[in-house]
Amino acid sequence: MADDRRLDGNAIGGMMLELFGVEMTTATEVCRTCGTADVVARLEVYMDAPGTVVRCAHCKAVLMRIVRGPDRTWLDLSGFRSIELRSPD
Amino acid sequence: MAGTAVLGRLTWLVAQVTGAVDETPRVRTLLLEADGWPGHRAGQHLDVRLTAEDGYQAERSYSIASAPGEPLAITIERLEDGEVSPYLVDEARDGDTFEVRGPIGGYFVWEDDGRPVFLVGGGSGVVPLMSMIRSSSESTPIRLLYSSRTLEDVIYRQELDARAGDRVEVFHTLTREQPPGWAGYARRIDAEMLREVAWPSAEQPHVFVCGSTRFVDVAADGLVALGYEPLSIRTERFGATGG
Repeated sequence: MADDRRLDGNAIGGMMLELFGVEMTTATEVCRTCGTADVVARLEVYMDAPGTVVRCAHCKAVLMRIVRGPDRTWLDLSGFRSIELRSPD
Repeated sequence: MAGTAVLGRLTWLVAQVTGAVDETPRVRTLLLEADGWPGHRAGQHLDVRLTAEDGYQAERSYSIASAPGEPLAITIERLEDGEVSPYLVDEARDGDTFEVRGPIGGYFVWEDDGRPVFLVGGGSGVVPLMSMIRSSSESTPIRLLYSSRTLEDVIYRQELDARAGDRVEVFHTLTREQPPGWAGYARRIDAEMLREVAWPSAEQPHVFVCGSTRFVDVAADGLVALGYEPLSIRTERFGATGG
């Protein structure tokens, strides 16, 4: 079923922690397309393609794309207006 | 070097299997020991990485079942055609090792502050909720609404039966098949069921919902219809494939 492909931001917690160095599922983002603020855990996440696609839960715009290779990661953050993350303790 | 500490926050550790519990025909709990494991909070998960002889690697996320402070345990459901779960459920033996990293997650996490807790789990979505139940204080009221296909598929059944009482109330629904004389619910979760089981929203309970995407969507929508503030409902969805 198409609907079962849709996960949420909890699913990319490990990948985001690896890439950003801090816990990111509680970070607050603002969507560039609709301006809605939300926490990363509540975003829509699709992981069954060659890359990971993250969409706004409100307007469905693509916020972020992550493609991983053996020795690099390609990160497209162009759908975000901003991401507010907590500094490490 | 200043950057080293930050990058070191999530590193792969070697975990050794120290015990296993068959929970259902398709679900098993593995007890793990991992040197350097920093501990976890109730609701968090970890990543498992398996490496094949030819170097091929597969990673999957699994919720932590044990309470903080207890020996680390994960509970895994075998997904047919999965790359990782068939090994963990059917083949992993005491002494086997694989890599783990974590703990992961800060959103689907519960801190016991004495307020009532409403937990809604579908299938193996009960795993992070069990960590919460196991770590709850003796005075925190908890209600668990737990959907399984059949009685045989109920994970932690004996422990839930043993814990159920005035403080921890457990409501089962069996969606596919019910034993003779079954007194619990016998249908998929719906708004009516949530209305009967959930605390009134005015009591401001903590709410955690974990299961498949459709399960979580139905539960979250139903709770919003009951007057729950959407942002007060913490949700975690897992996929039906890929494990």
